[in-house]
Amino acid sequence: MLRVVDAHKRFGHTEVLRGIDLEMAKGEVLVVVGPSGSGKSTLLRCINHLEVLNSGRIYVDGELVGYRERNGHVVEDSEAEIARKRAAIGMVFQRFNLFPHLTALGNVMAGPVHVKGLPRKEAEAAAKALLERVGLAAKLDTYPSQLSGGQQQRVAIARALAMNPKLMMFDEPTSALDPELVGEVLEVMRTLARDSQMTMIVVTHEIGFARDVADRAVFMDEGRIVEQGTPQELFDEPKQERTRTFLGLIG
Amino acid sequence: MLEPLLLALDFRTDVVRRFLFDDVIVEGAWVTIQVAVLAQIIGISLGLGFALMLVSRSRPLNVIAGFYVWFFRGTPVLLQLLILYIGLPQMVDDQTFTNELTAFRAAIIAFGINEGAYMTEIVRAGILSVESGQMDAAKSLGMRQMQAMRRIVLPQASRVVVPPTGNEFIAMLKNSSIAFTIGLVELTGAARLIYSVNFRYLELLVVAALWYLAFTTVFSILQGEVERRLAFGDRERPTTFISRTIELLSGKRGTEMVK
Repeated sequence: MLRVVDAHKRFGHTEVLRGIDLEMAKGEVLVVVGPSGSGKSTLLRCINHLEVLNSGRIYVDGELVGYRERNGHVVEDSEAEIARKRAAIGMVFQRFNLFPHLTALGNVMAGPVHVKGLPRKEAEAAAKALLERVGLAAKLDTYPSQLSGGQQQRVAIARALAMNPKLMMFDEPTSALDPELVGEVLEVMRTLARDSQMTMIVVTHEIGFARDVADRAVFMDEGRIVEQGTPQELFDEPKQERTRTFLGLIG
Repeated sequence: MLEPLLLALDFRTDVVRRFLFDDVIVEGAWVTIQVAVLAQIIGISLGLGFALMLVSRSRPLNVIAGFYVWFFRGTPVLLQLLILYIGLPQMVDDQTFTNELTAFRAAIIAFGINEGAYMTEIVRAGILSVESGQMDAAKSLGMRQMQAMRRIVLPQASRVVVPPTGNEFIAMLKNSSIAFTIGLVELTGAARLIYSVNFRYLELLVVAALWYLAFTTVFSILQGEVERRLAFGDRERPTTFISRTIELLSGKRGTEMVK
């Protein structure tokens, strides 16, 4: 489903990704942990081409993201092509990034209506069903500013799911939330992994959630994958010193 | 009670009353409104277009828009009006062009293009006020740049753009009197025409002032309503002249809570 080959990314002189190789099967849930600045978020943003790689390749469902291959060279895709490939990758942001001028329902309908060109009636029915799934059937006409953080993040998950993505990416989805609101968001993600067999890549510090849900866990530091394995292997018997230190720090 | 005093000071309220709805004044007021509204529409359209060029990643478009703002903000609007109305016909030297370019049209075009330069900066500020995460989210759903701009960024920018645009329009209403220089009889011009005949300067200037105040009052009320509608479910919507009046009449106080 996802294949990252030798991905490099620089911001000015800072090398944020220093050769990432990663593979994910369909239906797999991958958790990425690592200290801030280790390149986790940048990796996600490169996967849907919000950031452009300096070298390396990323394939989602067999398709190169952001580029076309032509005679062994890669050429950047047209804007329409990039947008089409992005639409198949759902993304949930740390700071929710809901559209403040649209209601919960409007947020979830935005993708299907404006990108897929679905008739409003159809999009609305689907959006209502999705909001019900994340437990927000009562908040359809509410604007983001009137929702709690947990509710906003659940709307954001519904908004991404509305595009029927092949892959869902979560960029620290609970780190901007008050502690008592973390559970409701993790619960939605848990259900998504368990009941819908969604392929998910989750950047998080919620080790409990990772143990429960993840098939595989990856530890990143300084732009490299330091260690990976099952959650049990990584969290209970980390082999690398750096992994142990980090896990010790986040308790 | 006041009238004897005003009479003693040689200010005749009966002249004000007689000329307030005089044909020439009403006609001038109508010209002022038309010029201001049409020029503002041109200004907003140009501002939108050039602001998008300024924030785009295309270097040539940045330069073109930058030049436009630099020139039209950097020279007096009267000069621009004269260039269009007197300078251009000299260069083109074509009778139909000169005939078609009436003072009325020249005023709308010149004020519109000048206004566009200011609106460009206002719209640009509005676009920059929308946090970058909004563009990220729109793109992650598969929207193209322009689509995300239109559906997500601009609606949010409008909230920041409306108040200064209101300012601009009010300035436009008043500054359109500059067009009297090229012979357009708008509101101030109409007052000047009349006082040059009857010599009641102050009375006629007061008549014109009353009309401007009426226009700006009505417009301020409309602007308040627009801002209210752009509040997107914020808990405390801004109060407006109308909402305050309704509150006052219905005996309620304080800001209205939404849901």
